[in-house]
Amino acid sequence: MTGVIEVRDLTVRYSGATALDGVDLTVHAGELVALIGANGAGKSTLVKVLSGLVHPASGTITVDGRLAQVPEGREMFGDLTVDDNLRLGGWRNGRKGRDTTHVYDLFPDLIPIRARRAGALSGGQQQMVAIGRALMARPDILVVDELSLGLAPLIVTTLVGHLRSLHADRGLAVLLIEQNARLALDLCHRAYVLESGRIALHGAAADLARDPRVAAAYLGGHVPVTP
Amino acid sequence: MSDLVGYLLTGLGIGAGFALVGSGLVVIHRVTGVVNFAQGSFAVLAALLTSTLLGAGLPHGVAEAGGVALGAVAGLIVGVIAIGRPGTSPGTSLIVTLGLGVLAYAIEVLIWGDQPRSFPGLTGVAEIGGARIPAHYLLIIAVAAPVFLFLAWFFARTDLGRALSACSSNRYAARVVGIDVRRMGLLAFLIGGALGGLAGVLTTPVQQVTFDSDVVLIVNGFAAAVLGGLTRPVIALAGGLLLGVAQTLTAGYGGGAYQVEVALVLMLTVMIVQAARTGGIPEPAR
Repeated sequence: MTGVIEVRDLTVRYSGATALDGVDLTVHAGELVALIGANGAGKSTLVKVLSGLVHPASGTITVDGRLAQVPEGREMFGDLTVDDNLRLGGWRNGRKGRDTTHVYDLFPDLIPIRARRAGALSGGQQQMVAIGRALMARPDILVVDELSLGLAPLIVTTLVGHLRSLHADRGLAVLLIEQNARLALDLCHRAYVLESGRIALHGAAADLARDPRVAAAYLGGHVPVTP
Repeated sequence: MSDLVGYLLTGLGIGAGFALVGSGLVVIHRVTGVVNFAQGSFAVLAALLTSTLLGAGLPHGVAEAGGVALGAVAGLIVGVIAIGRPGTSPGTSLIVTLGLGVLAYAIEVLIWGDQPRSFPGLTGVAEIGGARIPAHYLLIIAVAAPVFLFLAWFFARTDLGRALSACSSNRYAARVVGIDVRRMGLLAFLIGGALGGLAGVLTTPVQQVTFDSDVVLIVNGFAAAVLGGLTRPVIALAGGLLLGVAQTLTAGYGGGAYQVEVALVLMLTVMIVQAARTGGIPEPAR
């Protein structure tokens, strides 16, 4: 069975330094997949390759379907309005694809602030705009780069709930790149652990959460007690 | 009193020309981060071609449109050379535009010679508030005003305008949503070229054009643009009009020889004040 994203033996070098080294990764249709790893492990590089912003030295990437990205740090068009930010998310779709109604239906919280400058919003609101902007592309798979970074736990819980329902209601596949391994393993079906540009571990998220190596490195050393 | 009204209207007419050049600079700088020093030559090329087309018997309107079209094409060519190669820094592109501006001198002298040229604009004299001013100044204002309104509408209300603004707001995010940043940069150069060309064809009937007229235009246009930190078109417009009025007032009540100096002093003052406040005009990260 092939996936929406098929990455095979991917190697990326930045002026000599190897950022990714023989990475294999698959995301199947409608699947929630986590990619966890420390700072500098190569997570962001993989996102950039998937979005076509960085070209690999070798290996293949197949994306079957439409991919949209929620970039790390939200990357708002700060001096444009929320509404304009969303419309630009549908840039590739042409005029008819820029109707924002479905995003406002999903995030009614954005309706009262639709005319405000995106740069003036809180981090949580910006993340909502960033997800909404990505959904404007009508994607089959959403690549979310650092969902929780810099956000209050309560807001993160809300956003995770949104991702869950997008997955459940629309069959949206999600590749979640996340520093908060506990959150990622909790949300996703499967997970990959990236270390120094290589996939060190991969498997079912529940199994990885019980793996002592993952626990030691990413979950603060505590193996969760399983009932 | 009637003198003052005359100077003001004349100043607004001249200032509208500066504002058009300045807005062209701002549009290009916002989207690409490049200060385009070839901006004045778009006006000169447009004016020279218009004089030739009128000389060949083409009617007014058609000839001017031809001039503006040449300005736009020249803008696109400068854009392709200045930012066409991926990874060119805005500083490098600036030097390229400076060089292309000088190259434009050579082309202009070869084709049109080095003598001043002009062509008739709107003839007649209008009387407003007791002041008698050449009607062409009013034509400049009447053409420039809707152009500025159109630009404001275009950037705020159309998706293409939003995409151009997105490139200036967040280049990385623009690429993430699939906007071709380089193509938008070229579009900005095209628009900048057309605005420069329009400035040239509008002001030449009241101010002769030679191959090196671009210096006056670029100094004044840059002064207008720098008032808004090279990023705010509305302030560039206001700055251009202010400069035009300041210069005609200086010429009217003082001496005509000091017109460019007014722009230079104003520009230097603004730049020094801005540098003291913010540490200079920031070069946008690419």
